[in-house]
Amino acid sequence: MAALLEVRNVRTYFHTSHGVVKAVDGVSFDVREGETAALVGESGCGKTMTALSIIRLVPKPQGSIVGGEIHFEGRNLLTLSEPEIRQIRGADIAMIFQEPMTSLNPVLTIGRQITETLEAHGLSSKEEARERASELLRLVGIPDPDRRLSDYPHQLSGGMRQRVMIAIALSCNPKLILADEPTTALDVTIQAQILELMGQLSRKFGVALMIITHNLGVVARYADRVRVMYAGKIIESASAQEIYRNPRHPYTLGLLRSVPRLDQPRKAKLDPIKGQPPDLWSLPQGCSFAPRCKFAVEKCAQEAPPLREVGNGHLSACWVAETLPR
Amino acid sequence: MANPRITSNGYASNEHLVEVRGLRKYFPVLRGVVTQRVVGWVKAVDDVSFFIRRGETLGLVGESGCGKTTTGRCILQLDRATEGEVLFEDQDLTRMADAELRPLRRRMQIVFQDPYSSLNPRMTIGQIIGEPIRVHRMAETDRDCRDRVAELLRVVGLSPIMAERYPHELSGGQRQRVGIARALALEPRFIVCDEPVSALDVSIQAQIINLLEDLQERFSLTYLFIAHDLSVVRHISDRIAVMYLGKVVEIASRAEVYENPLHPYTRALLSAVPVPDPAAEAQRERLVLKGEVPSPVNPPSGCVFHPRCPIAVEECSRAVPELTEVKPDHWVACPRV
Repeated sequence: MAALLEVRNVRTYFHTSHGVVKAVDGVSFDVREGETAALVGESGCGKTMTALSIIRLVPKPQGSIVGGEIHFEGRNLLTLSEPEIRQIRGADIAMIFQEPMTSLNPVLTIGRQITETLEAHGLSSKEEARERASELLRLVGIPDPDRRLSDYPHQLSGGMRQRVMIAIALSCNPKLILADEPTTALDVTIQAQILELMGQLSRKFGVALMIITHNLGVVARYADRVRVMYAGKIIESASAQEIYRNPRHPYTLGLLRSVPRLDQPRKAKLDPIKGQPPDLWSLPQGCSFAPRCKFAVEKCAQEAPPLREVGNGHLSACWVAETLPR
Repeated sequence: MANPRITSNGYASNEHLVEVRGLRKYFPVLRGVVTQRVVGWVKAVDDVSFFIRRGETLGLVGESGCGKTTTGRCILQLDRATEGEVLFEDQDLTRMADAELRPLRRRMQIVFQDPYSSLNPRMTIGQIIGEPIRVHRMAETDRDCRDRVAELLRVVGLSPIMAERYPHELSGGQRQRVGIARALALEPRFIVCDEPVSALDVSIQAQIINLLEDLQERFSLTYLFIAHDLSVVRHISDRIAVMYLGKVVEIASRAEVYENPLHPYTRALLSAVPVPDPAAEAQRERLVLKGEVPSPVNPPSGCVFHPRCPIAVEECSRAVPELTEVKPDHWVACPRV
């Protein structure tokens, strides 16, 4: 059975004064109906750009999708016209951005921002839209929703604003929600509330979620499938259980080892990955991670490893994936 | 006299380097354009007391708006307290004028959270690190100053040639190292680290934390480590103080806070921190707090946590709980534990 979303070899490049920045460099993956998939990586790895490529919001004119296909419910999104993609964007595929304050329009009321989406997609009349907006706010746990409809974003806390973003995302009954760092700007106890909410709503409405984050803990709790990105490529892909129990890429291993964990005895020293991520306009030959890699062999500097199967449904882009320590 | 304590870096001391007593910092809420009147107060820090022993790291945790950054700034007199005392090496800083404070400022420094806004973009790295040295006349000649800057850069793991560069040419992690070098320039005894790694990527965070620990051992430093990331705080701190809405709700050793948290807020905070392991996560108890953090302009009566507290009773809305030592060295502000 075909997946809800099939991304095939997408390449999104930017033309800058430094040269060509390969923000997304040959990324392929599937998201199934109702699944929660996580895209994990640090700043600059290409995860946000991947999401923006799916809904074709890559900043122009410097950036453009130069290759690949993105099939959503059988249609290739990259070949659709602008009016056609606009019908899908915000309705079938919704996006929640990282900073709730800058994603909400500060001069429009909360109510207006929700009803605007509903009216734009022709789903409701003005009266129906207002009722639906109130219902949505109640659904995302905002107390006193009717009153809140007339509030402006600055009158709400960060957690509340993020709930409004979720309400807007859900308003047109999407099949897929792309959530870019949905809780990074929020306090830990509010993060927990928001993630619980997203999980519940996903199960209730059968909405697939793609969570983009650098927080390995968030991913462990809420994702079914995890994909790790580095320098524009997916370097590991596995179920959440597998990726934590049995990481098969030195970068994933390095990330897991460098993070202090609440449930383990305190180690004397953290084990950080040495060096820094590469500049995307001058990637090294061969594997992009090789210069920082503890396990690199000669081949790594010469030839970039393909993403290949190293276990049941477990993929890794590493020449020495099988011999890595557990 | 109690036995001297051996802290994690081997430095034995029972001496209180810093002591905060009844600290309050209220910010006025002003209304009006032509004339301004005070219509309320933001009680950012509301009667906070604790001490920091020489050589140890006290972690100060809490979520946004709890008052932890303001507390750090009040200790260093970057903000002047509304009420209360701050003792540094037994001297009350709150009673001192700026001129008296200046020589003491050499001994207490700060590393800021945002490596992007805490370095002057128009100065070179060498000028940024050299500035405190010049202001406090710690170097006799320009040459001495440059040598000292080069040494500091090496100490924080950067090459001395970085001195010629400008902040925008450095990565976040490198800039944070510069901030640390600047804090070390005057050979301080005490450093307030205000969320020093929150703005950095996960793999760089580990490098900076290791660096801070190495420096603490090497230079016998005392840290107040302010953060909201409980995993990071646990790693670097000897003792931890938990704050909520301007008050300290719990203070104890690291082991006690993480293995045996007593205050309902501390327990909820710990439960909310996700652990990178699905198997472990599936087994953990989840205490999801209802509601939002109230505004510090209008804090709840009695115990400020009572509206969200799972074990609150009526009394909690009336009486402000005192921070009490319920076990040796474990203090909690809750009569119900």
